[in-house]
Amino acid sequence: MNIIVCIKQVPDAKDVRLDPKTNTMAREGVESIMNPFDRHALEEAVRLKEQHGGTVTVVSMGPPQAEAVLRDAVACGADEAVLVSDRAFAGADTWATTYTLGKAIEKVAPFDLILCGKQAIDGDTAQVGPGLAKRLNIPYVSYARKITGLVNGVLSLQRLMDDGYDEVEIPLPGLLTVVKEINEPRVPSLKGKMKAKKLSIKKFTATDIGADADSIGLPGSTTQVVKVFAPVFKGERAMLEGTVDEQVEQLLNKLEPYL
Amino acid sequence: MDYFLTEEQQMIVDIARQITDETIIPQRAELDEKEEFATEILNDIAQADLLGLYIPEEYGGFGGGGFEIVLALEQFGRGCVAIATSFAASALGAYPILLSGSEEMKQKYMPDVATGKRKAAFALTEANAGSDASGIQTTAVLDGDEWVLNGTKQWITNAGEAQIYSVVAITDKSKGARGASMFVVEDTDPGFSCGPKEKKMGIRASSTCELIFKDCRIPKDRLIGRQGMGFITVMKTLDLSRPGIAILGVGLGQAALDEAATYAKQRVQFGKPIISFQAIQHMLADMAIQIEASRALVYAAAKHIAAHPKDMSKASSMCKVFATDMAMKVTTDAVQVMGGYGYMREYPVEKMMRDAKILQIYEGTNQIQRNVIGQELNKEYT
Repeated sequence: MNIIVCIKQVPDAKDVRLDPKTNTMAREGVESIMNPFDRHALEEAVRLKEQHGGTVTVVSMGPPQAEAVLRDAVACGADEAVLVSDRAFAGADTWATTYTLGKAIEKVAPFDLILCGKQAIDGDTAQVGPGLAKRLNIPYVSYARKITGLVNGVLSLQRLMDDGYDEVEIPLPGLLTVVKEINEPRVPSLKGKMKAKKLSIKKFTATDIGADADSIGLPGSTTQVVKVFAPVFKGERAMLEGTVDEQVEQLLNKLEPYL
Repeated sequence: MDYFLTEEQQMIVDIARQITDETIIPQRAELDEKEEFATEILNDIAQADLLGLYIPEEYGGFGGGGFEIVLALEQFGRGCVAIATSFAASALGAYPILLSGSEEMKQKYMPDVATGKRKAAFALTEANAGSDASGIQTTAVLDGDEWVLNGTKQWITNAGEAQIYSVVAITDKSKGARGASMFVVEDTDPGFSCGPKEKKMGIRASSTCELIFKDCRIPKDRLIGRQGMGFITVMKTLDLSRPGIAILGVGLGQAALDEAATYAKQRVQFGKPIISFQAIQHMLADMAIQIEASRALVYAAAKHIAAHPKDMSKASSMCKVFATDMAMKVTTDAVQVMGGYGYMREYPVEKMMRDAKILQIYEGTNQIQRNVIGQELNKEYT
């Protein structure tokens, strides 16, 4: 089974600060790490490879320094690494990112499964996994918490829900986004680290993947970030008293103006 | 201090540190309290390729030397001496096979030890044979194509958890030390069993039991090396392995200093953090000096041993004595710096002090080490 894992380099959440002047995330001097959910996706891919054979290829879209997370992924069991990097990709929102990743993955190799973390801890959109599946026209399941079987090219799994889990099946090729409950990621191995040091990472530019210039980076993005700010708590609190019926009555009265 | 490690050696340190910080330290108090063997943590260490660090590549290991295993053990010792001991004891059980075993024997056992599929243990000590190894009473008698072992080994680390045991037994009583031989006994061999788990003062997450051989029959080819070579293999094994115990003292001492210094910065008495008092500063300074001196000695000894396999004893014994006596002193002082808090089980230094004691006792007591050093000096100054 050939698996592609999408990974993103993000600022370490232990060290997140907002620039008080610009209200944007201060990235200078902040250590970068592999997005924690992507680490679980990678671990699951390596486990599937150990069980069923095949290869694990990690793909990251980002600046040249994102190579560090790709090498980290190889140290933890990935076989090949692809960096999708070009100045023209800068400023991409999830719409442009899924387009770019989709184009890149079509170039990488035939695959049976794509694994993504459920979301990145910096943007927190949770849109790239599902968006990518749509771009590649393959089925997807979000929030996978356990893979339970693989029979005749159909993967069965549990999808985490607020109140339990669903048992679902997905025909391959397909895409899953995973939650952290799915596994406990391993630490890098010595042989993995040595391989990671030597491995040459494939690099794809906009031209290499045949991307349409209007669909990538800022021009290809349908959303623009106007302002980033930490929300200020402004709500009011009220204790409703009386019998349950009276409290419901009072609550409805309060909600009515907003309906 | 910078010891100018190679990139590869630094990788070993980084991986061992990550396992220690993320896996060992969060679990050590509970494992100690429950006296539970850290099977999963050892599997993590195996998966990271560190269990086979010292095993040659042709037998599925990494092919590193004694210095590489010292680097890994320093980190594990910083986390938990019990878990580090389980790791080190498997190496101790594997060394006799690596040193004196046949090619077939190495091919048969070493890949499993390297991958963690099977753990090893070393069985020398008996009720009447500790520091004086010539008191061994376990016997092995050849009967057709099988050796038949009878006797009881005591305080065997990894007993009950290991599947491969390197066992010393007497094959010819009339020859004294030259009548001892070593054998591989597997946990499934008929007539072999383990006694109940011993209750210990420290390293409680490690397993220590008796091994009982009652007409235990093993195939003839389980003899390690030649008959009568047992003591030579034992001595070489211990010379090779002692820096691994010494470095546990360094890791443990460092952990105790880290705790004590962090506490001393936070603890306020008489309106000031106690680290600003000279009485505390001098204690911390002495701890730091002794730890660094021990580290330098162990690193140097490990490198010397790797380069001079015929001249190991003195360097091996010196680093073991120095670093483990240091660990006892430094952990005791760490408890003192932390006062009443240090004595409470809620803080990790009381466990460190309990764990330190065994380092002065096992793999040859520190008194025996001084004997070895003294005898070597006696030979040198002819």
